[in-house]
Amino acid sequence: MTAGAAERLPRERAPALVLEEVSVVRGGQTVWSQGTFTVRAGAVVGVIGPNGAGKTTMFQLALGLLPAASGRLEVLGAPPRRGNRRIGYVPQNYTAALGEAIRCRDLVTLGLTGGRFGLRRTTPAERARVDQALERVGARDYADRRMSELSGGQQQRVAIAQAIVDDAELLLLDEPLANLDLRNQQEIVRLLGELHHERNVTIMVVAHDLNPLLPVLTDAIYLLDAHPHHDAIGEVVQEELLTHLYGTPVGVVRTAQGDLFTRAAWRDPQR
Amino acid sequence: MSGLTAVQVQSDWSDVLASPFMRHALLGGSLVAIAAGLLGYFVITRQNAFAAHALAHIGFPGATGAILIGAPVTLGLDVFCVAGGVLIGLFGRRVTDREMATGTILALATALGVLFASLASANASTTTSVLFGNLLAISDDQLVVFTAFTVAVVGTLAVLARPLVFASVDPEVAEARGVPVRALGLAFVVLLALTITMAVQVVGTLLLFALVVTPAATALRLTARPPAVAALAVALALGSVWGGLVLSAMVNLPPSFFIVSLAVLAWLAVLACTGRRGATPRPLADTHHPH
Repeated sequence: MTAGAAERLPRERAPALVLEEVSVVRGGQTVWSQGTFTVRAGAVVGVIGPNGAGKTTMFQLALGLLPAASGRLEVLGAPPRRGNRRIGYVPQNYTAALGEAIRCRDLVTLGLTGGRFGLRRTTPAERARVDQALERVGARDYADRRMSELSGGQQQRVAIAQAIVDDAELLLLDEPLANLDLRNQQEIVRLLGELHHERNVTIMVVAHDLNPLLPVLTDAIYLLDAHPHHDAIGEVVQEELLTHLYGTPVGVVRTAQGDLFTRAAWRDPQR
Repeated sequence: MSGLTAVQVQSDWSDVLASPFMRHALLGGSLVAIAAGLLGYFVITRQNAFAAHALAHIGFPGATGAILIGAPVTLGLDVFCVAGGVLIGLFGRRVTDREMATGTILALATALGVLFASLASANASTTTSVLFGNLLAISDDQLVVFTAFTVAVVGTLAVLARPLVFASVDPEVAEARGVPVRALGLAFVVLLALTITMAVQVVGTLLLFALVVTPAATALRLTARPPAVAALAVALALGSVWGGLVLSAMVNLPPSFFIVSLAVLAWLAVLACTGRRGATPRPLADTHHPH
């Protein structure tokens, strides 16, 4: 389905992300190197790898917050630059820093006008876009509440509303499912799938658990032995690769319906 | 004779209110209340309360140092507050780093203040007025400086408001969106230093919270819309300063106590009325949203 969508827009859309021999250095240490891959426009990509492998760092590269130490990098057909309004970003632990002092609606509005200096009222057109974004993620009912009054799943929805309010073409979400219960995880994943289909937006999701995301993922980038690798999701969900990647036995289960699961393959020998 | 017997309502307190020094105090106090009320929201959202407190103390050696070399106290306060603010602002973005740096600078500043005070053989009343403020002794020169500072704070905030709110409540996304988070942080600390320079002279180093943090904290219990918080905080700060001056004229005691008490009373009253909401917010139940 996604491949079809990509074919319909053959030459107009540049790839979301192109890396050629990119390496990243932070604090004098190489985080990862030899990054060479292309994320096509309209893909839904899981970014996986053990803790500290440099998943968030990849987002920082794309956002222009961190320069590549070497190699060539292109985001949506142009060199990365800070403040790229075509990218929507939801950082990890997004809601931890917020709370008391801001209403959901105002937070989403900042995604649209927060960079603007000078006194100017929010225009009716801007308010309408904020309402649309809140409506789209299903947050309309609590739009006027403070962020601190919401549950984790609700806060995540508001964060996504802020990321899409300016019609981003590329969404970068860092651990959006962390600390969510099963139902909220599924609802956020469904929302991502819907956004992907409606807007043909490219989505990159950092996750440590692939399972809840498998229904929507088309590709994965995995950070193995300090190099990023990119492949179709079906190629990545393999026992040998995942076991190597996580450094612990991982099994892959395929049901008769074609559903795919990964599971920890370690069993208690006493049982 | 006990000190308490000295507390009596003055029969001529309305005349005292009309006197020139009271007019100075009203004007000076109002200017400070406006600047402090406006900045309060940011002090709270940026978790800068400790830095605000420290800046007031950092002003102490500035004031005593100025006495030592015979310079105006306001100038000494300002130079030290701005320098201290920039220093704190330059220290890491991580709150823990900043807290430790702030605490260390604070201790050094207080030590310097004691040293300068003893070198300048500043008398106890000068030191007391730095520590507790002396609103009733605001001079014409100080009023000019206060006016300039308040205009600068209000004007700068008008330009920076939106990006500063963004950078304060949501720094990571703001940075990704191209908001100059670091530069805004420095600009904010300088505005805070200017405001604290004034506030120290009104309520003193030790009581500064009552004008910079408490009114905004009270307002935040009532609303979370940044413009409304700012307006409400300014109103509360103004009310505290005016009420404090009237009470101080009535019983002929220093206004600092009354200004602080009124601000704290308002905070307690709002706290009591709004209950525990906000302190431990109860999350809304997740509701299913079919599309």
